[in-house]
Amino acid sequence: MPVDKIGSSGECQPLDIPMFLESVAAGFPSPASDYCERTLDLNELCIQKPAATYFVRAQGDSMIDVGIFPGDVIVVDRSLTARHGDVVIASFNGELTVKKLELQPQTRLVAMNSTHADIVVPEGAELEIFGVATNVIHSLRKP
Amino acid sequence: MKPIYALVDCNNFYASCERLFQPHLEKQPVVVLSNNDGCVVARSKESKALGVPMAVPLFKVRPLLEKHNVHVFSSNYTLYADISSRVMRTLEELCPVVEIYSIDEAFLNLAGMDNTSTLVDLGQTIRHTVYQHVGVPVCVGIAPTKTLSKLANHGAKTYPATNGVVDLMERERQQRLLNITDVGEIWGVGRRTAEKLRNQGITTALQLSQRNPQQMQRRYSVLLNRIIRELNGEPCITLDDSPPSRQQLICSRSFGEKIEDYDSLRETVCEFTARASEKLRNGRQLARLVQVFIRTSPFDPRDICYSNSASGILPIASHDTRDILHMATKLFDQIWKSGYRYAKAGVMLGDLCDAGNHQAGLFDANHSSPHSEELMQAMDRINHSGRGHVWLGSQRPDKDWFMTRSHLSPAYTTRWDSLPLIK
Repeated sequence: MPVDKIGSSGECQPLDIPMFLESVAAGFPSPASDYCERTLDLNELCIQKPAATYFVRAQGDSMIDVGIFPGDVIVVDRSLTARHGDVVIASFNGELTVKKLELQPQTRLVAMNSTHADIVVPEGAELEIFGVATNVIHSLRKP
Repeated sequence: MKPIYALVDCNNFYASCERLFQPHLEKQPVVVLSNNDGCVVARSKESKALGVPMAVPLFKVRPLLEKHNVHVFSSNYTLYADISSRVMRTLEELCPVVEIYSIDEAFLNLAGMDNTSTLVDLGQTIRHTVYQHVGVPVCVGIAPTKTLSKLANHGAKTYPATNGVVDLMERERQQRLLNITDVGEIWGVGRRTAEKLRNQGITTALQLSQRNPQQMQRRYSVLLNRIIRELNGEPCITLDDSPPSRQQLICSRSFGEKIEDYDSLRETVCEFTARASEKLRNGRQLARLVQVFIRTSPFDPRDICYSNSASGILPIASHDTRDILHMATKLFDQIWKSGYRYAKAGVMLGDLCDAGNHQAGLFDANHSSPHSEELMQAMDRINHSGRGHVWLGSQRPDKDWFMTRSHLSPAYTTRWDSLPLIK
């Protein structure tokens, strides 16, 4: 698959913003200069609301068809309201589970692996959504 | 503009944190134990209903806990501090004036925010946002003074019909609540003062509010004068003279001018640490948990936001400024990032315990006797020499080094190897 380079990542210290950025205030700063001067931070890409973002680790293979593999780290944003089709972390039978949420024609938690059964949420039963899964961190190189 | 205080207080905070990643504990009785699993320090609503008392030694209630299948946890302060920091950051995004009062409480000033919606609606927005974003339930008490907002919050917690928000801006409603509030439940009225007041025939908050503040000051304290005026809707308790929280000590402030360099911010954090340690010694307490947080302003559109906190557990509970500073500066270095305009920083000391008479007496002399400082220095020299180790009798290091935490939940949010596992 084609891969585009989007920039180089920073060293271990994330989001190193050079101090001289501040000194351009007197001139007319180019809107692009921000992106040229500072190194990129993956947090910015994956996390919109830090206070509402939790990390959880995937266990099992019920979601491999959307690219969530056992051991992957899932980024979960609680501030988002879950919509039809979102991958969510939901609380079902007292346990947290990651599934695709379907609201039509009925509320279901759909496994993304044909060998797993979907969970139909009965009419009237309350489904507690822990948060919406926004990103998956999957390590390609095994230690 | 007159202040409108909203006290936001998390419901059964430690129990709520334990439930966050273990939904099967919802509606189940939960208790959290003090360090070394000694006493019950927090109870869920269900445990309170079972009659589990606060601060009771574990062995005394073990039969009761086992009989009702109560879920028991060792205190996981790393988790509580992280969740607390998330709650506070969420509140700071909702309201520009936030004073963090304890690990699970903050005073917001809503003045000027009530143009477009009612105060109750604002309170509900705060409640819903904190629950949705962080996952722990809170109640909101709104009033013209901090003392009244504390009572309003208590009302919001006690009466389900309030839906977790009580607006106590109207005098008539204040009086009604004061009339059914015991004098001992007022913020800042200690057990001994309450006893004395009752002997004087003052049993309700309303009766206290009708006393002359000047006269009561002569008999009791400046604080009681302020409390009476606050009960009558006159704000006079500022952040610095708030009655200390019994469970945490916090030194935090928004800066008049933003701070951008490492040295200045580090110095500020050190100053907060020193002040918190001093307060700790004044209250004859020891702390084990140290948390440091730094933030940019979420309201300044020119700023890129950064907000972070870190917490650490001291090997031995301490009130020595140097122990606490050592930890605080280490934590600060973990979260410092250059290139931001910092608007606020703070230090919280938690997992507090009483210093015990012998030790407190020794350090009291810190202020009066010139020798205690030398003693501490001598102790440190011996301890740093690597050739021996001395400690104070009541510190019990051998016991504390091997802290019993047999019911500890994972550090879900602060360690990569402890993330919640999701099927």
